Amino acid sequence: MAAVIETVDLKKNFGEHEAVRGLNLSVQAGSVCAFLGRNGAGKTSTIKMLLGMVHPSSGTGSIFGHKIDNEKESLLIRQKVAFVAEDKRLYDGMTVEQIVRFTKSFFPRWNDGFERRLMEQFELPPERSIRQLSKGTRTKLALLLGFARGCELLILDEPTEGLDPGAIEDVLQIVVSLVAEGTTVFFSSHQIAEVEQIADHVLMIDRGQLVLDAPMDQITEQYRRIQAVFPGPVEERDFRIAGIENVRAEGKTVSLIASHNVDSIVEHVRMLHAGSIDVVPLTLKEIFLGKMKARS
Amino acid sequence: MFRKPNPSSGVPIYVQLKEQIRHAIETGALSAGDQLPGIRGMAETLVINPNTVIKVYRELEQEGVLEIRHGLGAFIASRRRNRSKTEELQDAQQSVREFVETLKKQGLDQGEIRRLFEAELATDFQRSFQRR
Repeated sequence: MAAVIETVDLKKNFGEHEAVRGLNLSVQAGSVCAFLGRNGAGKTSTIKMLLGMVHPSSGTGSIFGHKIDNEKESLLIRQKVAFVAEDKRLYDGMTVEQIVRFTKSFFPRWNDGFERRLMEQFELPPERSIRQLSKGTRTKLALLLGFARGCELLILDEPTEGLDPGAIEDVLQIVVSLVAEGTTVFFSSHQIAEVEQIADHVLMIDRGQLVLDAPMDQITEQYRRIQAVFPGPVEERDFRIAGIENVRAEGKTVSLIASHNVDSIVEHVRMLHAGSIDVVPLTLKEIFLGKMKARS
Repeated sequence: MFRKPNPSSGVPIYVQLKEQIRHAIETGALSAGDQLPGIRGMAETLVINPNTVIKVYRELEQEGVLEIRHGLGAFIASRRRNRSKTEELQDAQQSVREFVETLKKQGLDQGEIRRLFEAELATDFQRSFQRR
């Protein structure tokens, strides 16, 4: 599979603040790639650089082979990529129907089927002025405009923020339909459950740096929490082996997060005369919290 | 027929879906020749990644549970196909062994048995040739 998005040592400084500190990303064609991180981790800055809205301080990047920091090539990128921004900014003076018709006129590959399906599913009021829409309805409209334009890559910044669970499921279902048609999806989100449901790859960043880059299945299959109780007190430095991401030792007990190598780690724990050893699967949420805690 | 997988269970979604399909076959909800939903249909119904459905169908095909007919879709394989070729040959070998033992008990020697087998195979070959 070819990479649709690729960045090499991408950096962005805002004055003294280093928002993005050397990102090397690779998003494969046809995949659904989730982009996770705390608020202010650098997600939106990265997305803005990819779309040519912000210039990188250093490093390079490309989408479909077009350079992101070259004005002419950035235009080609924008023809192939649909973007739904975090703030869901729309022309307030138009009605729902007007903005749909207006947007449609720019895109020859507009998907009328999706437009009708979403107008109905999202219960969008055609005559209503955008100014009068609730936050959730505005989000739905912004997603419709992104989904229906017929793109090769869809970049979504917090697509489901402010939506109710029913609308979230509708949005995910449309994403699934688009992926079935060959669209690549790159989305940032704080909704870990939706990431687990539809992503096939997870990228996690913290303070402008990549802290996790793995296929979703690998995360579910290999990440484990190992809890053990020992006859005497143990310390964190007793647990320095490959695969251990996070150690929390308290008196006679230890709780480890392992990203791989679980069998050897359990063996090591047994050698330390552990009385009981429990190995349990981890959710993406626990991995996320573990990563953030390890770095703070 | 299929339930939405639980993404936070610690079991990968593709494994959960594989188990659901196997279970449906074991309980008789699906039987040989039945068609599974298309990749897109299955992904949209369960709201899971289409790539996951592709992975499930591909792995079940390799395991002999499904048959992918190109352009038509995924079908539950017949029981015969569910068994591997090796297993079939092992069973056949056992039958031949028992049959040879029986013939020996009836007083035939190795040469006679071999000639009978060869003659039978030759006749069978001729018959199938004439049918064509």
